[in-house]
Amino acid sequence: MTVTGPDGAPAVMLAHGFGCDQNMWRLVVPVLERDFRVVLFDHVGAGRSDLSSWSEERYASLEGYAEDVLEMCAELALGPVVFVGHSVSAMIGVLAAAAEPERFRGLVLLTPSPCYIDDPAAGYRGGFSAEDIEELLASLEANYLGWSATMAPVIMGNPERPELGEELTNSFCRTDPEIARVFARATFLSDNRADLARVRLPTLVAQCSSDAIAPREVGAFVHAQIAGSELVTLSATGHCPQLSAPEATAAAIASFAAGVSR
Amino acid sequence: MSDGGGDGRACGTDAAGEPALLPALLEDSAEDLYENAPCGYLSTLMDGQIAKVNRTLLDWLGYRREELVGRRRFADLLTVGGQLYHETHFAPLLRMQGELSGIALELKAADGSRLPVLVTSVVKTGGDGEPLLIRTTVFDARDRRAYEAELLRARQEADRERERLQRLATTLQRTLLPPALEDVPGLEVAAYYHIASVDEVGGDFYDLFPLAADAWGLFLGDVCGKGAAAAAVTSLTRYTLRAAAVYDPDPAAVLGNLNTVLNQNQNGADPRFCTVVFGLLTPDPAAGGFHITLAGGGHPPAVLMRADGSARYLPTPGGQLIGVLPDAHIATTTLRLGPGDTLLLYTDGLTEARTDRSGGRYGDEALLDFARALAPTTASAAVEALRGLLTSLGDGVDDDAALLAITVPRSPATGGGAAGRGGRTPGAS
Repeated sequence: MTVTGPDGAPAVMLAHGFGCDQNMWRLVVPVLERDFRVVLFDHVGAGRSDLSSWSEERYASLEGYAEDVLEMCAELALGPVVFVGHSVSAMIGVLAAAAEPERFRGLVLLTPSPCYIDDPAAGYRGGFSAEDIEELLASLEANYLGWSATMAPVIMGNPERPELGEELTNSFCRTDPEIARVFARATFLSDNRADLARVRLPTLVAQCSSDAIAPREVGAFVHAQIAGSELVTLSATGHCPQLSAPEATAAAIASFAAGVSR
Repeated sequence: MSDGGGDGRACGTDAAGEPALLPALLEDSAEDLYENAPCGYLSTLMDGQIAKVNRTLLDWLGYRREELVGRRRFADLLTVGGQLYHETHFAPLLRMQGELSGIALELKAADGSRLPVLVTSVVKTGGDGEPLLIRTTVFDARDRRAYEAELLRARQEADRERERLQRLATTLQRTLLPPALEDVPGLEVAAYYHIASVDEVGGDFYDLFPLAADAWGLFLGDVCGKGAAAAAVTSLTRYTLRAAAVYDPDPAAVLGNLNTVLNQNQNGADPRFCTVVFGLLTPDPAAGGFHITLAGGGHPPAVLMRADGSARYLPTPGGQLIGVLPDAHIATTTLRLGPGDTLLLYTDGLTEARTDRSGGRYGDEALLDFARALAPTTASAAVEALRGLLTSLGDGVDDDAALLAITVPRSPATGGGAAGRGGRTPGAS
């Protein structure tokens, strides 16, 4: 866990999603740390986290991750934070905020989805079927054969930015296939639709104009379920606006965080 | 291209001996190389929109150029699972480091069939360093993926087999130990079995069982070797000891009989030896407590922790490894266990545990010091303390270790061996 930015400024905690680690935030941090205390961390099992504290039992569901977030908030003692959760971490934030709202000033849910799998009976479209998720697991498996061995030299052979190479090598090569499989299941098989109404905090739902993982109708669903929430659509393609549209993403986070910290 | 022609003429003059090369090279223009390369080429805008694609890839997928260029994104060509992988791993990595190689994906062809490919992408940047487009090469990986799937299957199979073996070893181990120790009125009993490796059955064993009225037998030992062969000898040893003790409970006679059985069963490839301590317990109603006669066959000496806080080894000198010689020499010793006295039997997995990287062992002296610090104690407290010691030695315990302790409680009312049920079997460790 790292904390940067001016002492005494309102705290913004950035939580990465499934697949990558805190490096995902590298393009928005320089903007945010001008006015906020920025808290970065790797979920247990990802990046440079302590893999020995990972257990399938605790991390087979998002509750384990939400408990970690609450423990970090308590440990930091920075007062209530603005929690920014990307992708699956949006729901981790929802669970944490429902359990201990006093820890948070507000939530930014970046490309959130409360349920990835379609539920035709409820008229809900998450965009995926259970078979699609199994296919993702197969993709993960297929890439572990060549991943660690062939990726490392490519990434490390990045002479212009060696620090980047090292971080990425560690981040990806250390992702234990078993951990990735459990996290993928916890992420894509979870259903947190009913938890959205438990959020009683100022909330910003930020979605992308075109996102295969969290389509716009899912963003609209999240917005509708959280009373008083605000919805913005970033002009960005893909599931990671903090990389594809970092300025707009940082601006949206900063303006929301400034608003709720006043 | 006109420059290329000029080079070609010069080349033709130089390579006068191989005139057939010339027309072939002239045909191989950069454009033709791009379109009909032996791999797929694809260029997309930063948002994934396909801007350019070569003939090879179009042919593989069965699309017409106008169906893809300006109309589809790269991710649209992937299976849904592949799209998830693309969004969560591929695209972020490519953004962060500018290149990515050898990623296994499946492309969807126009007819719905799937093509396993290996994908390498590079971000092309403009003069100002801004990313402009993504260049991607696509290799047909059908053969390689079949090979990898076979590797993956073999690995999963190996994982399953290993699990099965571990289950088998654990189950077998459990059958070699008593599920619970016998209640002996007026005696507290505790035992523990420390498994060093889940892959192999160890050769340590112990038991406590009733003989005639007011007499109990107990033993603890260690069969040489590990694995299935050792387990067979362990089983033979246990049943021989119990049968021999019924026939003649004198400890020296029991071990003598075991020696004869193991010695007669020797075969060169699979030697059958063990070290063992056998004890015969009889109550001493007059003075309270028990008489115990111990016979040892090459086994580390038992530890006696007295009620007065003293501790010492109980040597059974001269006892030989059981099973080696036709007539083994068995040493015996007899003592009285009074209220507050504790007797501990153990195997050398404890004393031989490594305590440092240079090969130092825990040793007899350290164990005696440990016992002195414990005394006076009880069977369950002693076993619990030694269990903690084994845990703290961690990987240093490279052989299995068995512990069996008995105590005559200070107050007769607190006997009954209830603590024996607290003794650990392998499944509980």
